[in-house]
Amino acid sequence: MATEVLKVETQDSIEALQREAEELKKRLEEEKAKLKDVEMCKAAGKLDIITNFSMKQRRHLKGHQGKVLCMDWSTDKRHIVSSSQDGKMLVWDAFTTNKEHAVTMPTTWVMACAYGPSGTKVACGGLDNKCTIYPLSFEETDISSKKKAVATHTSYLSCCSFTSSDNQILTGSGDSTCALWDVESGQLIQSFHGHAGDVMSIDLSPSETGNLFVSGGCDKTAMVWDMRFGECVQVFEGHESDINNVRFYPSGDAFATGSDDATCRLFDLRADREANCYKMERRLLFGGYNDHTVNVWDVLKGNRVTKLYAHENRVSCLGISPDGTALCTGSWDNTLKVWA
Amino acid sequence: MKQRMKERGDLTGPMYNKRTESLPSTLPNALMFGNGQINHEENPNYLVYKKMEMIVERMQDEATGVPVRTVKSFMSKVPSVFTDDHYLTVKCDNTYYRFQTPCFWPSRCGEPENTDYAVYLCKRTMQNKQRLELADYEAENLARLQKMFSRKWEFIFMQAEAQAKVDKKRDKLERKVLDSQERAFWDVHRPVIDLLKKKLEKRRVKISKVTESYVAYYEQYAEYDAFCTPADPTNPWITDSTEFWDQDKTMSARDIPLRRVKRWAFSVEELLKDPAGKDQFSKFLDKEFSGENLKFWLACQELRGVKLSELHERVHEIYSEFLAPGAHNPVNIDARIAELVRKRVDDNPNRYCFSEAQDHIFKLMKSDSYSRYIRSDMYKDFLSGTRKKVRLLLPSIASNFTFKHT
Repeated sequence: MATEVLKVETQDSIEALQREAEELKKRLEEEKAKLKDVEMCKAAGKLDIITNFSMKQRRHLKGHQGKVLCMDWSTDKRHIVSSSQDGKMLVWDAFTTNKEHAVTMPTTWVMACAYGPSGTKVACGGLDNKCTIYPLSFEETDISSKKKAVATHTSYLSCCSFTSSDNQILTGSGDSTCALWDVESGQLIQSFHGHAGDVMSIDLSPSETGNLFVSGGCDKTAMVWDMRFGECVQVFEGHESDINNVRFYPSGDAFATGSDDATCRLFDLRADREANCYKMERRLLFGGYNDHTVNVWDVLKGNRVTKLYAHENRVSCLGISPDGTALCTGSWDNTLKVWA
Repeated sequence: MKQRMKERGDLTGPMYNKRTESLPSTLPNALMFGNGQINHEENPNYLVYKKMEMIVERMQDEATGVPVRTVKSFMSKVPSVFTDDHYLTVKCDNTYYRFQTPCFWPSRCGEPENTDYAVYLCKRTMQNKQRLELADYEAENLARLQKMFSRKWEFIFMQAEAQAKVDKKRDKLERKVLDSQERAFWDVHRPVIDLLKKKLEKRRVKISKVTESYVAYYEQYAEYDAFCTPADPTNPWITDSTEFWDQDKTMSARDIPLRRVKRWAFSVEELLKDPAGKDQFSKFLDKEFSGENLKFWLACQELRGVKLSELHERVHEIYSEFLAPGAHNPVNIDARIAELVRKRVDDNPNRYCFSEAQDHIFKLMKSDSYSRYIRSDMYKDFLSGTRKKVRLLLPSIASNFTFKHT
């Protein structure tokens, strides 16, 4: 007769284990705390304060009929793709302010768009849960005839980015996963599970040799992933609200986040912790805020360099051009602006 | 509401007693008595066994048994539990207890396999519920397992999916019981402590050191940052002149601006990022008869982004060109890595199967060839803009020969 019921672990052993776990957690915190031996802004004290920083609006891109939700620079440093709440994706030559392509998506809220590294493909998606790739050519009158749906998520697409080649696209979604896809076949190459809330933003490591990317989401955490194995290699906590954006520092050693808790923070991969908090460029971090402004932060000193009164509505997205000569901002006032 | 349920283990009182009789020497408790005489009443767990016996006896009572109830509390139900009515050793504080289904008894399954654990964790990610969310250490375990089972992952995923599907069809309360039983099982077999220990061992860098590196990085790149130092010649966005971009693009040695060439000396990554730099470095390596290193590295870089449909073909091409026995462009890697790569190419060619070889070659180029290139006259001449006409050297030797002949 089966009479096995319960092995009563002696209360001691359960408590001992719990104690040990708590002890280890505490030590881990202590170890991490020890690393913060100085305030970053003090350690960076010898740097001169950035003065006479001036930046003016150089281009104004008008054409969207809804809030601009996302933008991305082409590697040629002058083209921009932008997507909007009205379901349109536009490809601009920002230098001349000409619109070169316009695509109407079958959905409103096109929340993600990206330029391929070769400059001949763009990707976008949103509430359709898909990522669609459009080849850019002037031969067809409508580039959507050559479109290709690649990624399929079970919730909205919040962000996407090509990897080092046009053949792969990395997507982040409201279904709390990220995924890497083969563009040609639409096949899933690798999925990344771990976030406990919607993924809002991803960014690939700028390092040539790196296989890392960072993602941030509504679970208030940022995770660093190894693309090869789908493995989460580091987890960063600290924000008190949803993380809306993540962006790598150009050296690849750190990344910055922007959050609903109204702060931007810098997390360092080597220190495995938050390095600075700002209530990027190499020295500068640009944050778009819902008070219609862009705040420019000094990454190292932690002070605000300047404030750009940029738009007539919330600044929803921004990006530095690949050669660092310009900043582009997109806004809920339906326009984009280029600053230099 | 937090339910605290202790659902560990198996081993009843009577069963346990039987074992102590037959295998006295394996029990540390028994050894205390030395002479082989086991005094049950002095065993520290005696009281526990006694209580277990009591509960088993009560279970066997045909009239009453142990009442397993579904407790209603506020909005939710806690199914199939009993409380400690003074006959269990565990705390008598109205905590709910639940019996484990036999398939979760440790005595039945010994050390469970990692694949089962992977399926279990994978399944948890599919159940989109707050209370089932993976804890940090579980998420990390999942990631580790996914790496370990990368080849089998599809299979694991499918199995988890199938299990989740079956679970969905179950009655809600039954599912709840099973969820918590399963969870208790894995809490016992995959405790959090090991992972915490591993985390502690990780090396971390202090903020002061980190800041130093940021400052150095900034100082090195400040002149390339158009927001800090005005672009040379001019920022295209300000002056409407595209000269800056043209200079960035050009491949003709005469027109490459100094700022680009200076950057090549920052790091081998910077050198390879600039097409002209890559070109120069490749020429330098060819002169040193190690051009295959760069070619191999670039091929591996390209492989990372290759189309899925061309993947296998490319892997084999790279293997046969650089690594296979009798390859016509062999790269120099040690036997261990060569063997590792060979196995992978045979078993499961994927886009990262050359990883170790690629890293090895990169380190070699970085520590050896690159530093020599930066110190070489070839680079220095290019930098000073007075590049010797290397190409002219060969024809002049040839003309010497012709002189001799005539």
